[in-house]
Amino acid sequence: MLGLIGTKKGMTQAFDESEQLTPVTVFEVAPNPVVQIKQVSTADGYSAVKVAFNETRSRRLSQAEAGLFKKANVAPYKGLKEFRLENTDAYSVGDTLDVSLFEVGEIVDVTGQSKGRGFQGTVKRHGFRGGPKTHGQSDRHRAPGSIGQSSDPSRVFKGTRMSGHMGDRQVTVKGLKIIQIDVERNLLVIKGAVPGARGDSVIIKKRS
Amino acid sequence: MDAILDSIGANQLRDVPEFGAGDTVRVHVRVVEGEKERIQIFEGVILKRKGAGVHATFTVRKISSGGIGVERVFPLHTPRISEIEVLRRGKVRRSKIYYMRGLRGRAARIAERRDN
Repeated sequence: MLGLIGTKKGMTQAFDESEQLTPVTVFEVAPNPVVQIKQVSTADGYSAVKVAFNETRSRRLSQAEAGLFKKANVAPYKGLKEFRLENTDAYSVGDTLDVSLFEVGEIVDVTGQSKGRGFQGTVKRHGFRGGPKTHGQSDRHRAPGSIGQSSDPSRVFKGTRMSGHMGDRQVTVKGLKIIQIDVERNLLVIKGAVPGARGDSVIIKKRS
Repeated sequence: MDAILDSIGANQLRDVPEFGAGDTVRVHVRVVEGEKERIQIFEGVILKRKGAGVHATFTVRKISSGGIGVERVFPLHTPRISEIEVLRRGKVRRSKIYYMRGLRGRAARIAERRDN
């Protein structure tokens, strides 16, 4: 589904229509230019709209990337993202998509890269309870406990939740509501929290 | 705080009278029950003001019937408040007067502030 790529600005609060103070996330979404249209009938074999985000200087691009922008007659951008669409007729190269794509009250999905937490134990990473704090326990407070059975099966099952790297992965939050749109300043205000740090790029997708 | 973030709630900020900890206020709360709406009054002493911008809240403490202390926290700029009347300005030496919770009767009096 079609969407926009924007920058997470941070969170604040606002009164909603039921007069409750609600948490909101603010995004700055500079207009995303369409740089390429893919169609089933061509060599691409599928239909999609490719948009660019985060403007940059041309010397930072590879020749291949520079060629794409030159062909589309669009200023150079750092990021590219394709949105698969059944029907791309409404869009053509050189169009720009901006916040007016959405309307207030619309439900959207937001995808971002979650904050990296580094190597974390099972308590933080998977919500394990850890061991007892008292009754003579030593070194068991945050231990994962048993990770399997005995001589049968004599191995640890794949996918067993253990310690390891946490965060810094793609996370999508579904069903967030758009509270406010500021077309002049290219701002979107969405209810709820969204993965990623302030300043990270996030994808805001339409649902239908 | 970030200027962009502040600007989001800026148009929701309301004009509120000046008041602070120790003041006695009468808060006119709009109670919405389905379609109907009525005004409820909550009168008491301000224990604290907290936060800034759209996040700001204040806490009012009143002594209910039977001598039970009741505290309510209101968002300062909520549209659910129709009016805040400042009845009396109190002279207190700190911004959060939590010590009032431990006092009752004559000990719980606050001297009136006279600015002149």
